[in-house]
Amino acid sequence: MTLFCLAAALFLLGTILLGLLRVLWGPGSGDRMLAAQLFGTTGVTILLLLSAGLGEPALVDVALVFALLAVVAAVAFVRQHGLPEPEGTPIHQQSRREDRDDR
Amino acid sequence: MIADMLTVILILAGLVFFAAGTAGLLRFPDVYSRLHALTKADNVGLGLVVLGLMLQASGPADILKLLLIWVLVLAAGTTAAHLVAQRTWTHGEFESDR
Repeated sequence: MTLFCLAAALFLLGTILLGLLRVLWGPGSGDRMLAAQLFGTTGVTILLLLSAGLGEPALVDVALVFALLAVVAAVAFVRQHGLPEPEGTPIHQQSRREDRDDR
Repeated sequence: MIADMLTVILILAGLVFFAAGTAGLLRFPDVYSRLHALTKADNVGLGLVVLGLMLQASGPADILKLLLIWVLVLAAGTTAAHLVAQRTWTHGEFESDR
C-alpha cells in the first residue's frame, strides 16, 4: 500500500508538471491562473496520498491548509492591482477616480 | 484485504480523472472550457481518492477530516472557477493589452 500511494503521488506530480505547460503557453493570465488552480487540487491529493503512504497523519492537516490557501490565491488574482474594476463596483470608486486624474 | 483492493481501485479511478483534467487543461481551446475540464474532473478525482483513503482511515475523526477536506476543496474550486471566468468575461480587452 505504501508503494502504491507513493507511485500515485508521483503520477500526480507528473500531471502538475504537464500543467506547467499551460503556464508557458498562456495566452491570457486567466489561463495561467488555471494552472495554479490545478496545483491547489492536485497538491491536496498528493499530500493526502503521502500521508497515507508514509504514515504521517500531520500531512492531512497540511492538505487542509492547502485547500484553504488555493482559493486565496484565486481571489488575489481576480482583485489584482492595476486591473480596472467592473462598472458598479461599490468600494474604491472614489480612489479610482483619483487614479484616473493622475494619469 | 477487500478494503485494500477497493482503495487501490478507487485511487486508480481518481488518477484517471486527474489525467483527464490535465489533458483538458492542455487541449481545450479557451479559458471557459479549460475551467470546466479542470475543476470538474479534478474535484471528482480528489473525491475518489478521498473515498479510497477513507477505507484506510483509523477512526471516525480521520474519516470526517478527509470528508471536510474534500468539501473545502469543492467550495474553493467552485468559487475560484467562477471568479476566474467572470474576470475573463469582464476584462477580456484588458487581457489582450498585455
